[in-house]
Parts: sequence; structure tokens; C-alpha cells
Amino acid sequence: MTVRKNQASLTADEKRRFVAALLELKRSGRYDTFVTTHNAFILGDTDNGERTGHRSPSFLPWHRRFLLEFERALQSVDASVALPYWDWTVDRTARSSLWAPDFLGGTGRSRDGRVTDGPFAASAGNWPISVRVDGRTYLRRALGASVRQLPTPAEVESVLAMATYDMAPWNSASDGFRNHLEGWRGVNLHNRVHVWVGGQMATGVSPNDPVFWLHHAYVDKLWARWQRRHPGAAYLPASGTPDVVDLNETMKPWNDTSPADLLDHTAHYTFDTD
Amino acid sequence: MPELSRRRALTAAAALTATVGVQTVSAPATTAAGAAGGHDHGSPASFDEVYKGRRIQGRPTAGGGHHGGGHHGAGYAVFVDGVELHLMRNADGTWISVVSHYDPVSSPRAAARAAVDELQGAKLLPFPAN
Ligand SMILES: [Cu+2]
Ligand SMILES: [Cu+2]
Repeated sequence: MTVRKNQASLTADEKRRFVAALLELKRSGRYDTFVTTHNAFILGDTDNGERTGHRSPSFLPWHRRFLLEFERALQSVDASVALPYWDWTVDRTARSSLWAPDFLGGTGRSRDGRVTDGPFAASAGNWPISVRVDGRTYLRRALGASVRQLPTPAEVESVLAMATYDMAPWNSASDGFRNHLEGWRGVNLHNRVHVWVGGQMATGVSPNDPVFWLHHAYVDKLWARWQRRHPGAAYLPASGTPDVVDLNETMKPWNDTSPADLLDHTAHYTFDTD
Repeated sequence: MPELSRRRALTAAAALTATVGVQTVSAPATTAAGAAGGHDHGSPASFDEVYKGRRIQGRPTAGGGHHGGGHHGAGYAVFVDGVELHLMRNADGTWISVVSHYDPVSSPRAAARAAVDELQGAKLLPFPAN
């Protein structure tokens, strides 16, 4: 059984294996198909039209399935690997071991945002940015430059306390747990972390930065925590909602899984804590 | 997924071709009916300026007719040095672009300026790039 661990508690060997599997997916071309898929949904999901991956109730199950696909790809390279998560309420500075050269590497240099250390630095030659929206082919970051603070535990707590999963109009204007976790409204959790990292993470091609997976693995864990906190609360909407994925409707691009199929993460993995 | 991306790429390419002939001069301020999504609000005015050495332009677009099911119509188009920047309007009237997709700003011009800041001189690629 896959156990997703806090990135801060990984051993040196676990970090090494995770990085090696990422580099192998990149080398084989499989990694970039995930970036392409994500960008297609980012561009296509709109508040007044069809919306599946983002700004909609299926934000959480869609990313859960997307991460599962990615984790299975990693495991096809090295069966011992699981996706770690980044608890950004705790590891909240650029000095965190997450950003050390033996793991994801650090922030970008000021002149052009280029990451210059770690396995994903352009200079190492193993991480070309090929699915991109501008001419730059190197991984960039600007940790903490566009927004100073990552979300706090108290801010996370305030969102976990929201008892309703999602509400009409089921988009970026909604009240409820999903949209506050996604960050279009209120204290802003998920969106703010993308902005805090900067570089490609702030764009539609955000999975170009491997931290994407660790960020979303933690967002996914927060969904699981919310479910435990509110055992009576269900995924919404239940049925008959135009442009929105209802509980038992299948999701693109897989077309074989509904939110209902993804509510229980323990069928696929567990977490090291909780 | 490749199928979806390809369809989007083709639609985007068609949209660029369709608009390329009319982007020479800044149009007068208009409030075109946001016909694309049946928006009940008008589009912001056009703009055309040089910001940090780069030409940014924006204007309302004539409905979403060419967006048949692929890339959505924002009802407004923005260009950086003549290359269209993918733009999206949120339900609350704020805007994001593909280079700052998680950070809403108040207007298309602000999104264009944010893009120029983000690009640090790099060339924008026609969307979606791949
Ligand atoms: Cu996403
Ligand atoms: Cu995200």
C-alpha cells in the first residue's frame, strides 16, 4: 500500500529515489504529457462554461485522480516511490529542506528567476521546460516574492471548519469549503501557494515544477481531513448541474471515474499521519 | 488528452489568424456586448501602450463565434508585442492570464502589465504553446 509522507520526514534515500523517478519520467517524455493535460484544463475551465479541473466542485477529485495517475507513472519507474506532501503551514520559508540541493533545489536568481541548484536546475541538463507559454526553457522560481506569506495553520483551520462542500454557482464565486481551499475566495490557500512559489508554478503550466505534486498532495490531504471533520457532509452538487461534474458523473479526460469513486482515498493510499 | 490539446491548438491558431489583420491602431473605447458567455456586463475599454519597453494592447472581441467548444471566449483579447496572451475573466469581474493564473487582477490592462513583469523580457508564445 502506498503511504504518502510529509516531505520533511523523507530519508535521504527516499528523496534520491523520488528525484530519480521524476527525472526518468521527464527523460522518457511521459512527464510532459501531464503538463500538457493540466494546461489544457486550466485554459478550458471557465466560470460560465464547462469546468472540471479548476474553479468547480471537481477541483478536488480531479486533482486526486491526476495525482494518482502521476504517482502510478512514478511507481512504474520505481515501485517504492510515493508522492510526498508539502505542509506549507509548517515548512514556510525558502530555508526549508524542501528547497535544498538534494531535493527540489532553491529559489531562482533575481536577474531572470533561473533555479541554479538541485536536480532540476537547467545547468544540470535534465529538466528542459518544453511545454511552456513563453520562450524560456529553464525552471524558474521566486519564492516569496509575489506574496510574502504562505497560509498559516489558523487560516487552514478556518477553511476546514466550513461545513458545506461547495455551493452554487459552483465556480470561483462560490462560498463553501472547496472554493476557500482552492483560494478564489477568502483567506486563499491553494492559489496563494502557487503565487508564493512563482516561476512556472504561477502559470497554467505549473506542473513543470515538481513542487506542484507536493503542493497538491497536501491540498488533497486537507480534503481528507475535512471529510473526517464533517462525516455527514457530502460532495455537491448531487445531480443535474449543467457544465459541472455532479457526484456520479464521470470526469474528463478519463471518462471512467466520478467524484463518488474518488471520495475515499484509502482505496489508493494512506497518509503517514491522520 | 493529445486529442483535446490538438483541438485547442487548432482553434487557437484559427483565432489568431482571424484577428491578425485588425490590430494596428488602438480602437476607441467601446462597451461591446460581452456576447461570448452571455455576460451581463460590458467589456472594458481598449488600450494600447508601451509598458516597460513592450507594446501591450487590449480590446473587446466580437463574441465567441470562433470558440466552438475549444478555447473559451473571454470577450476580450490582449496582446504583448503582437502575440495574444491567453486571458480569462472571473465571475467577480477580475482577470487572470496564463502567465499569472492564480492571481486575479482588476483589469485586462493590469493582467497585461503583470504578464510583462513576469516575462522579464522573454517572448510570449502563441497559446497553447505545445
Ligand atoms: Cu490544477
Ligand atoms: Cu494547483
